[in-house]
Amino acid sequence: MSQTTIDPRSLRAPPRRPIRLSWSDERVRAIVWQILVVGLIGAVIWWLWSNTVHNLEVRRIATGFGFLTREAGLPIAENLIPYSPTDTYFRALLIGLLNTLKVAVVGIILATIFGTLIGIARLSKNWLLSKIAGVYIEVIRDLPLLLQLLFWYAILQALPGPRQAMNPVAGVFLSNRGLKLPWIEWQDAHSYALLAFVLGLAYTLLYRRDAIRKRILDGKPRPVWPIAIGCILVLPLVVWYAAGAPFVVDWPALRGFNFRGGLNMSPEYFALLLGLTMYTAGFIAEIVRSGIQAVPHGQWEAAQALGLRPASVLKLVVMPQALRVIIPPMTSQYLNITKNSSLAVAIGYQDIVSIANTTLNQTGQAIEGIAIIMLVYLSISLSISLFMNWYNARIALVER
Amino acid sequence: MSDVTLNAAATVPEAAPRSAPLTEVGLVGWARANLFSGWISTAVTLVLAYFIIRWAIGFVDWAFVNAVWSVPNNQTQACRDARGVGACWAVITEKHRFILFGTYPYEEHWRPALCVLLFVALYVVSAMRRFWRPSLALVWVGVLTLIGLLMWGGVLGMPYVPQERWGGLVITLILATFGLAFAFPLAIVVALGRRSNLPAIKAICVIYVELIRGVPLISLLFMASVMFPLFLPEGMNVDKLLRAQIAIILFAGAYLAEVVRGGLQALPKGQYEAADALGLSYWHKTGFIILPQALRLVIPPLVNTFIGFFKDTSLVLIIGIFDLLTAGKTAIIEPAWQGFGVEVYLTVGAIYFVFCFAMSKYSQSLEAELNRHRVR
Amino acid sequence: MPHFGLFLKRALGAAALGCAMLAPGLAQAQPAPAAASNTFDAVRSRGQLICGVNTGLAGFAQPDSQGVWKGFDSDYCRAIAAAIFGDPSKVRYVPTTAQVRFTALQSGEIDVLSRNTTWTLSRDTVLGLDFAATTFYDGQGFMVKASLGVKSAKELDGATICVQPGTTTEQNLTDWSRANRVRFTPVVIERLEELVSAYIAGRCDAYTTDISGLAATRSAQPKPDDHLILPEVISKEPLAVGVRQGDARFADVVRWTHYLLLSAEEFGITQANVAQMAANDPRPEVQRILGKNGELGKMLGLDNLWAVNVIKAVGNYGEIFARNLTPIGIQRGPNALWTTPGGLQYSPPFR
Repeated sequence: MSQTTIDPRSLRAPPRRPIRLSWSDERVRAIVWQILVVGLIGAVIWWLWSNTVHNLEVRRIATGFGFLTREAGLPIAENLIPYSPTDTYFRALLIGLLNTLKVAVVGIILATIFGTLIGIARLSKNWLLSKIAGVYIEVIRDLPLLLQLLFWYAILQALPGPRQAMNPVAGVFLSNRGLKLPWIEWQDAHSYALLAFVLGLAYTLLYRRDAIRKRILDGKPRPVWPIAIGCILVLPLVVWYAAGAPFVVDWPALRGFNFRGGLNMSPEYFALLLGLTMYTAGFIAEIVRSGIQAVPHGQWEAAQALGLRPASVLKLVVMPQALRVIIPPMTSQYLNITKNSSLAVAIGYQDIVSIANTTLNQTGQAIEGIAIIMLVYLSISLSISLFMNWYNARIALVER
Repeated sequence: MSDVTLNAAATVPEAAPRSAPLTEVGLVGWARANLFSGWISTAVTLVLAYFIIRWAIGFVDWAFVNAVWSVPNNQTQACRDARGVGACWAVITEKHRFILFGTYPYEEHWRPALCVLLFVALYVVSAMRRFWRPSLALVWVGVLTLIGLLMWGGVLGMPYVPQERWGGLVITLILATFGLAFAFPLAIVVALGRRSNLPAIKAICVIYVELIRGVPLISLLFMASVMFPLFLPEGMNVDKLLRAQIAIILFAGAYLAEVVRGGLQALPKGQYEAADALGLSYWHKTGFIILPQALRLVIPPLVNTFIGFFKDTSLVLIIGIFDLLTAGKTAIIEPAWQGFGVEVYLTVGAIYFVFCFAMSKYSQSLEAELNRHRVR
Repeated sequence: MPHFGLFLKRALGAAALGCAMLAPGLAQAQPAPAAASNTFDAVRSRGQLICGVNTGLAGFAQPDSQGVWKGFDSDYCRAIAAAIFGDPSKVRYVPTTAQVRFTALQSGEIDVLSRNTTWTLSRDTVLGLDFAATTFYDGQGFMVKASLGVKSAKELDGATICVQPGTTTEQNLTDWSRANRVRFTPVVIERLEELVSAYIAGRCDAYTTDISGLAATRSAQPKPDDHLILPEVISKEPLAVGVRQGDARFADVVRWTHYLLLSAEEFGITQANVAQMAANDPRPEVQRILGKNGELGKMLGLDNLWAVNVIKAVGNYGEIFARNLTPIGIQRGPNALWTTPGGLQYSPPFR
């Protein structure tokens, strides 16, 4: 992407001639052109800027980010960290950012899994499966995402009310107030167990890397699974048990107007997640399909000739090569999910755009509000790009 | 496909060597190979077939058998009774003119309708390779001007219609087509600028492209609707539709610039060097050697990007411009018709699908055709 | 192949031509309010009043099937146009959402904002607009489905409530819930139509907005009796007409047009009898108002017969109310004249 063809003129590396002030000198022309363009753009920006400053002054519109520390007074339905309307605008915006990340991260994971499955299904030898995957990809990609979101939201709204909620499995309720699931009452012991799980997982990964390195040296296989079971499964359990083994299930129950307790997934979040996942999965499926097809057929045959099992062929030979083709377009899909999550505002999920929008409406400070939105997305985009570039560089073919 | 194989097997003359057993060729053979090749495959086929048939029967029941096609003067009781078992297509029968043309004066609806036809004709003509010549640009200018004249009116006895009343499908087409027409030249300039070896120009182009691509279109549309008025000197006003159009042009420009840049990069270095060796100036080199080849390379991804914009124009819903989707949503505000969103969304979706599907099929066939000469 | 370079040149040229042709059409730089302080002259020289109204709220501003704007707020636009031009049809309506209404006014896209907007201190100061007159005294309330069995807003603890974001409604709701310890889950959707349809679909237990808005929504339902407006009124919502800040002269015209409508009702001047009263009503104040005596119109910078034009065009306040709001079930209540007990609408003297 960032590959630049080297201009032959710079390769020629002419002996430094003195710059003559003449139009026929290429360097003079270059400088004049640049000054012209920069000057023009600078002038336009200055013009817009001075207009804006003048307008703000004449219309007595407040400026600056002072409002961030004022009380927001806006209610937010879903918050990952504690929030009440008495908190500041800054905290409200932070909640919005977390809500954006919540839908983007889950969406990225689900869309990747779902998209990969469909992409593989598209390549299936089973004609029916492959056709269905093909139709899915074609239809989902040719409809506007906003339309899909509104469609899902309309369907979820048409569900029965909480008093007539569908109850497919004990403790699970589906109504127009969202999906309710039983959930354990979170206590400190669970946090410790989670920490142990993360540490155990990290250690297992390190051990596995080490085992592979040693195996390459001496050819002796070192099984990873005992360590994996010990660290990932047993260790957290022991920690949890040692901390008193608390286990109280929080069942959702109808109290008053709504369900209380349990884990809630609101229709807005559900519709957004569903729409984003299904839409992006269509694109990811195509990327995965073309990535796998980009691996030459000889690679499959060679791997099979070596006696590898079909699953191992895919895992050890095909996928590592396909990933090199897949990762760059995948990056832009991940960026798209994040940016498309801003459509939340249309169906009432309170993401950063929705909250910044309300903020700019209440304070009348449009410039600051939009600047916040843009800044947030630019930082998220940049972070994802950096991470994916790092990952891409890691898996890239090391060329001599 | 299977029928063809079957016929081919049947017309083999008797004298020919014995044909393969029926279980290897023909429909049965095809099915064995593609649907029932192993027990897993068989299971998958059966399960999928079961669900498809069930779903198809359910859908046909809902959409056709039990559907309500029209009701007398907004008496939607029949529709409400059929809820859950049958579709209420009466909402489309009643509101289709509104969904297609929005608040455009009712007796003047033939004008936007003609514009839609003109747009479609323009797409079809532009898609044919035999019309790929310079005069096509003139055709575009001519048709777009004609569309403007038709929409505004005020001449030839057509009453003037201000932009506030335009709406529906034609707005979607206007935003997408004008967006492309203006973004394309912009994109070429930016793409060239990004590959320029003049640092200041390169920096400006990089900043523009990355800035626009890093933020969602919604934020640009918000900017156009609430911030843009502050940028202009006092007293100067730009219509809401045009502001959205500018935002879409800027947005499309950045994405198209990357597409064009891809074409510029895909060109063999030898082309650049040869042009330099001929002593051509930068503009001659670009205009006569580089761009003609690069643009040819990027036509398929260009069509794909255009499909993206076509869908993205629906976002103007959020700033209250009456495009196809907004008109569809507004049609079901009226209390009598509330709650029939699914029918309207399916209809609007079908319109989007027809346009996008045609374009994507076209882009695929074009890609195959353009690649043919490269595959020897 | 070499055609392509030529093609490029022509294409660019054609695009430029297209730009040149279309730009002036779309970007009608209106002969504009040259300085914010002089909207009045700008409106006059343009020959048209640009009025910001709601995108569609029954009774207040809604286009009918011919696309003509009808309603209480749009009648105010027509009244102001009649005062300035003597012709109520010289109005261009610009539908504005809750979000863009203030920027539209600030930027000069509209001259006057007549869009059920609550007059608050912060809007009056830092938002860069001035409120000229309270045209409608409203208050915030709740509507629930009758089947829910709720009789008072205090019973709404734990309910899901639909509310439009970025409005005073939203802030009032949070204030009220804190004061009354009523916990609620908000559903916030920007577009009013979607919010209402979410309520109708049962996504929320209650819908909160100004009582007038609730009444309008309720009356538009196929079965209005299925919905109940709860008795509590949780806030004051003086809906006012806004103009740009620092535009005293234009604000005067707007303000006194409102007072004119009130005074006309007070003195019994109606659309039907205004011509006759202008000719031969003996009361001195009526003579002053209708321009038979004195120069009140000229003092405002208007035609001396401005009042006759306004009343002829839209009638008095009571007539506007009866035409637009009574049919959707809104009582006069606090919007009665001060001469009625409980009435708040009061005009300073025309002198």
